[in-house]
Amino acid sequence: MNVLVCISHVPDTTTKIKFTDNNTRLDISGIQWVINPWDELSLTRALELKDDASCGIDKVSVAHVGPVSTEPTIRKALAIGADDAYRVDAEPLDAYQVAAQLAEIVKAGSFDIILCGIESSDYNGSNVGGMLAEFLDYPSVSGISKLEIKEGKAHITREIDGGKEMLISPAPFVGIVQKGIAKEPRIAAMRGIMMARKKPIQLVDAVQTEPLSETLEFEPPQPRPACKFVDPEQPGKLIELLQNEAKVI
Amino acid sequence: MSVLVYTENWNGKFKKLSFELASYASELAQMSGIEPVALSIGKVEQDELMKLAGYGIKKIISVEGDSIEKFDTRTYSRIISDQAKKEAATLIVLANNNEGKALAPRLSVRLQAAIASGVSGLPQETDPFRIKKRAFSGNAYATVELKTAVKILTLTQNSFDLSEKPVEASIEKVTAENYETAPGPEIQDVQIQTGKLLLSDAEIVVSGGRGVKSADNWGPILELAELLNGATACSRPVSDEGWRPHEEHTGQTGKIIAPNLYIAIGISGATQHLAGISGSKFIVAINNDKDAPIFDAAQYGIVGDAAKVLPKLVEALKAAGSS
Repeated sequence: MNVLVCISHVPDTTTKIKFTDNNTRLDISGIQWVINPWDELSLTRALELKDDASCGIDKVSVAHVGPVSTEPTIRKALAIGADDAYRVDAEPLDAYQVAAQLAEIVKAGSFDIILCGIESSDYNGSNVGGMLAEFLDYPSVSGISKLEIKEGKAHITREIDGGKEMLISPAPFVGIVQKGIAKEPRIAAMRGIMMARKKPIQLVDAVQTEPLSETLEFEPPQPRPACKFVDPEQPGKLIELLQNEAKVI
Repeated sequence: MSVLVYTENWNGKFKKLSFELASYASELAQMSGIEPVALSIGKVEQDELMKLAGYGIKKIISVEGDSIEKFDTRTYSRIISDQAKKEAATLIVLANNNEGKALAPRLSVRLQAAIASGVSGLPQETDPFRIKKRAFSGNAYATVELKTAVKILTLTQNSFDLSEKPVEASIEKVTAENYETAPGPEIQDVQIQTGKLLLSDAEIVVSGGRGVKSADNWGPILELAELLNGATACSRPVSDEGWRPHEEHTGQTGKIIAPNLYIAIGISGATQHLAGISGSKFIVAINNDKDAPIFDAAQYGIVGDAAKVLPKLVEALKAAGSS
């Protein structure tokens, strides 16, 4: 069984976000780039399953759509333990373009489970996984919080409103992953970093697609008014403010 | 032409989110000079369907059938895209929740329709179509232009006020028969917590962080939530420690919520946590560190030890409630 984990390259989630060129572009100076948190958890889980011989996973690959400057992020995925990688050489403008490129990699390869994070922490679209599934006409399961392989079948737990749903999915399928699938992302060890240098990154030519949308500009959220402090000895004051000023209780 | 809004139901009932979607679609339709149409999938009684007319929806399509009682992304996206074509929908509105997030991207590919996900207001202009959406996990808003003839919007829960606008509405019943799809995931079991207010539905949320110090100290938080008719949440270290279930984890990688009131107790307010709660209308912070970043996000704050402040706050609330 082969697993493909789709990874996105995003600013470190602790980065202070700033914009440039009249707020039309992200200011990338000083930004640390990381694997999108949900993609990193998906990769971690795929590697945990591969480590367990009873799951029968032969290979874990990663795929990424981005220019050559994003290769350190792919190397990081290889250092964590992915066997090989695909990079589509393109600068996508929206999720549709990303999914269209990833679909070509899946069609050309032989993958049983394709994992995508629920969203990227930069554009918060939550779209690539579902679009990829539709391009491929594969079933998809979204909101996955647990994934196990038993007797060659994917046993999945996904979150639904107010509870959980347990499913078994035939392969191939696209799994859209949220928190819970792995506790902590796996960290690259020195040996992994050394080995990653020798692992192949296959360069894939982009297919022609037009974006459906364009991001025009960014703006920071409205600043909130300064905090009003209440004496800790008189918390009744807080209740009063919430009742009469904010009118929320 | 029309605005088609997918109004999800829960065991045959709509909830506030459904009416937020209906209100949004009505205003969007008015702005674009077209008709709002609601689409419901699964068994919903006539009088429940008619509730949508209270929010300006003039046409309600109800698709029912034995084969579609259970949610399946492929089947549901086919039903929605077929109805969208039939109604000549140029705008499709869904909730930015689990189900909407699963359906919108499939619809986008089926209908060649651009998506703006996580919108909380109406577009700035409709031709060209420009709208603001959440980006960088709440640290920014992006203005996107949707360039396709059909456009899809997913609306953030609790971000758009209900607008009651009763109208005469017609109901069209559709029987779903021809939606056989290739074998997909099969549901083995479903576990639903009953009688518990869902975190995503709660208008008031009381949340605890590392500063609460142990699972045993959660009593006053639960009590406060109950008195306020709210739900409980927590920060990531708390769910990682196992003090609270991970379903309660609110933040960038956990749940993203937008209640009217969020009370953060013993939470320092790291960027990743704020990413999950920045849509809250009011934030109250209780923390013993006066320099904690949570106070920059909060409108009201108490600097003090949660263990000491909380019992007094609960008492004060009881006193205010009984007066």
